[in-house]
Amino acid sequence: MSALAAESLALRLGETQALAGVSAAFAPGRITAVLGPNGAGKSSLLACLAGMRVPDSGRVTLGGSPRTAFHPQDLARRIGFLPQDGEVHWDIDVATLVGLGRFPHRGRWGENAEDRAATAAAMVATDVAHLAGRVVNTLSGGERGRALLARVLAGTPQWLLADEPLASLDPAHQLDVLACLRAVAQGGAGVIVVVHDLNHAARLADDVLLMRDGRIVAHGPPAQVLTPALIGQTYGVAVHMGETPDGLPFIITTARR
Amino acid sequence: MSARLPLVLLALLVLAMLASLFAGKVWLPLAAFTPDDPRWLIIAELRLPRTLLAAIVGAGLGLSGAAMQGYLRNPLADPGLFGVSAGAALGAVLSLFLGMATVWLLPAFALAGAAIAMALLALLAGRSGSLLVFTLAGVIISSVAGSLTALAISLAPTPFATAQIVTWLMGALTDRSWADVAMAAPLILVGAALLALTGRSLDALTLGEPAARSMGVNPLRLQAAIVLGVGLCVGASVAAAGIIGFVGLMVPHIVRPFAGHRPSAVLLPSALAGALLLVAADSLVRLAPMASELRLGIAMSMLGGPFFLLLLLRMRRRLA
Repeated sequence: MSALAAESLALRLGETQALAGVSAAFAPGRITAVLGPNGAGKSSLLACLAGMRVPDSGRVTLGGSPRTAFHPQDLARRIGFLPQDGEVHWDIDVATLVGLGRFPHRGRWGENAEDRAATAAAMVATDVAHLAGRVVNTLSGGERGRALLARVLAGTPQWLLADEPLASLDPAHQLDVLACLRAVAQGGAGVIVVVHDLNHAARLADDVLLMRDGRIVAHGPPAQVLTPALIGQTYGVAVHMGETPDGLPFIITTARR
Repeated sequence: MSARLPLVLLALLVLAMLASLFAGKVWLPLAAFTPDDPRWLIIAELRLPRTLLAAIVGAGLGLSGAAMQGYLRNPLADPGLFGVSAGAALGAVLSLFLGMATVWLLPAFALAGAAIAMALLALLAGRSGSLLVFTLAGVIISSVAGSLTALAISLAPTPFATAQIVTWLMGALTDRSWADVAMAAPLILVGAALLALTGRSLDALTLGEPAARSMGVNPLRLQAAIVLGVGLCVGASVAAAGIIGFVGLMVPHIVRPFAGHRPSAVLLPSALAGALLLVAADSLVRLAPMASELRLGIAMSMLGGPFFLLLLLRMRRRLA
């Protein structure tokens, strides 16, 4: 599997410079947490990587070749994208929703055994198999979040880009989704995920990409990036860091600076 | 989608079409169904083309409605929203206004109106692929074409022309001939084929535009297929039968509980149910005991009101 990289991405959205020269390389099999204050450019970076937006300058490469060199369907098979607002417009059931994840793989004549197997596996991995017949729009927030993640996983992407998949989930379901993401990375895929919770980033991520004002502040292992100094400087807050009994870090913001 | 639903609808449609051949101001006995019988002329030259046209137009409108609702992700979207039907109607009205409404010229004017409306739509919506811009462009075209149609009515050279325009606008299949079938059928067939191919992309669009894009859907290509498909179906329908509302809006609603809510699963049943609805309605308007025939367009609007009242009551109960 090949690396995904952003090369000097710049993107202007109306009056704001959403991305101002962002370069970063991501390795497969690792989870990268993208962090930063609101408006830092996290979603814009993800949108460029996923091909949702075309950068004004710079480029996104996959295995060294620019995105534009790939066929759109080929890219859709390699890169799965979980948008922030998980809209589902019709009263479709969970099995149908997850089956949509096979869209880039399917031929014109319906689904085959491979499609069905991938759909079933994704539903098991996210623990929504028992909800297969339920209408998505009647699920609880946690079930819905997992079903939407299952849709992306059903496409068996080499890269999973998720924009705030933990928002609106309770702590237990957040841990469930984090475990799913870990399993995806262990399967060899690269995971790039926008999160807001510093603790999740500290505990989950192999790498942390800290952004502010459309630029990268720091990019590296959590222990190097999630320091009181860097967090304080990026978010404008004072932080207290400690360690849980199992040796993992926790971070509490204590005051605005 | 259950495979049975289209078969059931198809069987019902065939039955309705057969019944439509018998029904009318003159009920025909089975004995009339032979070329030697003088009444065969009624069947071959009047009822058969009319029944076929009702089926084709109904299928085109039902399918367009299902595709539009899937594309705009709005269960209240109507094929008329694009301004194509208003454009086609304006074209037809102009031919009546100018006294040029022959069997061929009226549909030709209507099709030209539809084509101009589609071109304007493409021009106004530009390459944004945005649904909002697109819908707004359709609303603009609809209202401009509607006001020009009203202008034509008010400036009509004779009261006779006014009456002709107003009556035509109400939509009907009365006295349609094979020429109308020959004009509408190929166009609606091509339009329907285009719309049928959009099914999978419409499914992906269920998850919103960003997700659909990430799954490899090309928004501009999808938009072009929808505009062209709906334009051909609706333009040809209006050219053949005038404005027949509510079919495209109602039929997908009726079909959804049976077909499932996936947009692609609704397409084929909507086409069949649209055909069924229009064939049945057109048989019934012929039977209505009135001095002149009840206009099909009016009959459909009369159905539409109560239908949506029912829908509203059901929604209110669910929200309560």
